[in-house]
Amino acid sequence: MIDFTAIAEYAPAIGRGLLVTIEICAVSLVLGLLLGLGVALLARLPWLPLRWLIRSYIELWRGTPLLLQLFILYYGGPTFGFLPTSYQAGVLGMSLYTAAYLAEIFRAGFEAVPPGQVEAARMLGFTKLKIVRHIELPQMLRLVVPPTTNQMISIIKESAVLSVITVPELTLTTTRIVSETFVVVEPYLLLGLAYWSVTAMVAFGSRQIERRLVRA
Amino acid sequence: MSVLRDIGARDAAIQLRGVGKTFGSNTVLKGVDLDIERSERVCVIGPSGSGKSTLLRCMVFLETYDEGEIYVEGRLLGYSISDGTRKKDSEVQTANVRRNVGMVFQQFNLWPHMTALGNVIAALRIVKGMTRAEAEKIGREALETVGLAHKADAYPDRLSGGQQQRVAIARALAMNPSILLFDEPTSALDPELVGEVLEVMRQLASQGMTMVVVTHEMGFAAEVADRVIFMDGGSIVEAGPPQRLFSKPESPRLAQFLDTWKSRNASGSVSEITG
Repeated sequence: MIDFTAIAEYAPAIGRGLLVTIEICAVSLVLGLLLGLGVALLARLPWLPLRWLIRSYIELWRGTPLLLQLFILYYGGPTFGFLPTSYQAGVLGMSLYTAAYLAEIFRAGFEAVPPGQVEAARMLGFTKLKIVRHIELPQMLRLVVPPTTNQMISIIKESAVLSVITVPELTLTTTRIVSETFVVVEPYLLLGLAYWSVTAMVAFGSRQIERRLVRA
Repeated sequence: MSVLRDIGARDAAIQLRGVGKTFGSNTVLKGVDLDIERSERVCVIGPSGSGKSTLLRCMVFLETYDEGEIYVEGRLLGYSISDGTRKKDSEVQTANVRRNVGMVFQQFNLWPHMTALGNVIAALRIVKGMTRAEAEKIGREALETVGLAHKADAYPDRLSGGQQQRVAIARALAMNPSILLFDEPTSALDPELVGEVLEVMRQLASQGMTMVVVTHEMGFAAEVADRVIFMDGGSIVEAGPPQRLFSKPESPRLAQFLDTWKSRNASGSVSEITG
């Protein structure tokens, strides 16, 4: 009934699709992480216009579908003289989307550090920057590992919509195999397994990081 | 006039001149005048909401004050005056004025991601730029002073409340302050842990540290304070040596406050503070 030999010849194609998915997710998650951290740090500056700008960015990017954002970048880009490849649009779209979510997680992480700890540091002569670097950031990073992992796993799964703007990733590859071979169940089972193996690795890595961070 | 004031200020550790503070429509400090002399031990008592913690926090500008002036070791704290108007100082300027003042908080406020020793030496390393060896030498001495040398490598969540507060005191001491402020240092502690913290504070007092202690520990105030200050409604209602203040309160409000305290602590401690 279930027979993977029917799609065996497509194994290399699936492998390539998986690599594209892993690559695009890795690049987007790293960029999103850095951008999100930068945004969360900037949002702590006492400069209201910047805060409003950041707030609008987070609300817009978090409040609209990733698919729509990719459409606007890829199909709408040329209207503004921006001609990305599907891959570029994919990385850019995913990074901005990831950063919006992570900035919000990091903001909450910063706010979870008790203000008394900051007062103690101020009383000992720490400057604002040193407080962020030595008191707030280490604790914030520890707090945000579980929600950040959740968000990353969610975004890896959402990367399937990149197939709609023709990024040759895992889902696009698989749907093409299905339409060429008319074999449905096996490719999709394989697709599920592939996504799960990537997210499982992320979850495993996150548990290792968490274990190392939570001492005593 | 300002010259005279500065000369006078040099003798005192902290001077408050007509200090006022308002939170919205709520006036929490009403023109407080107070001089803390060098090596003086002052305990501030009063009902909750009387403004005593706010007063202490104003002395280091953790709270801003709206009226009056506060001088720390002769220097105006938190503001600069130019052309007759006053402008708030930068965080760095303020930190410089209060650099010899240490603070111990009700909630300890240790940093949970550092060990006891890590907490004590953090400012030596990060603020003063000492090498690890230099900082650790001072840090271990400070932990020794509070009787916790053996807990140097413990994280705060492995320490009792009393031990955490003693580490917090060591952290303040490591910076070699000339003035230490305590904001209800034993109020968050289980009763059986209060003694060990008060013991460390007694020891500091006997070594001549200038101390301002906001506290509910009347026994400690009676024993250690040179002067007790009773605050109510944002003002200093009465001040004087503990013997006089506790046995012959002049104001009805202090008398009532002491009566309430005595009836709550009926078993034997009355003689402790009046005797």
